[in-house]
Amino acid sequence: MTTPSPATTAHTRPNYILIWLYLFVMTVAEVALAFELPFSRNVKLLMLLVLAIIKALLVALFFMHLKFERWRLRLIFIVPLPLAAILVTAVIMEKVW
Amino acid sequence: MTHATQALDQMRPPYPAEPGAGVYSNKLGMWVFLASDVMFFTALIGSYIVLRFGAPGEWAKPGAVLNVPLTAVNTFLLICSSVSMVKAYAAIQDGKKYFLRPVPGKLLRDGGLKFWLLVTMICGAAFVSVQVVEYIKLVGHGFTPAGFREGSLLAEHAAGDPIKYGATVAGLYGSTFFTMTGFHGFHVTCGVISMTYLYFTKVLPEKYSPQDYRGIEVIGLYWHFVDLVWIILFTIVYLI
Repeated sequence: MTTPSPATTAHTRPNYILIWLYLFVMTVAEVALAFELPFSRNVKLLMLLVLAIIKALLVALFFMHLKFERWRLRLIFIVPLPLAAILVTAVIMEKVW
Repeated sequence: MTHATQALDQMRPPYPAEPGAGVYSNKLGMWVFLASDVMFFTALIGSYIVLRFGAPGEWAKPGAVLNVPLTAVNTFLLICSSVSMVKAYAAIQDGKKYFLRPVPGKLLRDGGLKFWLLVTMICGAAFVSVQVVEYIKLVGHGFTPAGFREGSLLAEHAAGDPIKYGATVAGLYGSTFFTMTGFHGFHVTCGVISMTYLYFTKVLPEKYSPQDYRGIEVIGLYWHFVDLVWIILFTIVYLI
């Protein structure tokens, strides 16, 4: 019996059409949420942001293949995000104070 | 006793990785560029958030000034282009350099790299075209980067219902809208031009192979990033 080497314990290709379907459904849901559904403004805001983040994550993880990359490469993309959050928070603080 | 079947790692090209990040230099370069582009768009989006929530008046209601259904269709186009891009990537991994090929017993033909990249280019060009049409219509109705043009249709509507149209902060609204969507549109245009160049110099002459498809992977990363940014922009600019 042969033991699979690290090179053979590989990733299979994601179902791109299924991800496209998720993105499509979530885009329709966003538009419906913004214009049709009777939620308060804050609930809508939260739900729209959550949907946008999920969609962005789907693109980054499966289309850009970040899910299958090494951590060293993922860090290049992830590190600017907290810096970006600090930038926005700092500018908002400037306004608040 | 079973025979283990060797599965190819479909996510990593079979040419040597370089030390450090463990990927070839073109790909590493694109990731570093994308990291810098994250900061660029964050600066734009962050400024937008600060300006919007610090503004002395309410922003225009969603759909009052901007054409949301048209942009929703445009968003769908960009999502489709992302899928066709990743299908082009998968096609060259499998060695499918052709345009379309009949599949025995199936009605639909099998698309190769030439087909899927062309679909991506067409969707990208259509996105930019729709955006140009949207800009022309908005400016025609009186929505400019400086706000509502005096004497225009929108200025009249805004005078009748200043809350709905965000009349007091129209200048901020116009400048942030055109800056963010304009820079994104510029990115999409650059992507379409780059893909067209690749198509004629590398894809049509069949210079890519399952052993080396670096150009497709690198332009694919850029294209998906542009899609990712639009997903965020569409939500915060058009729907909120």
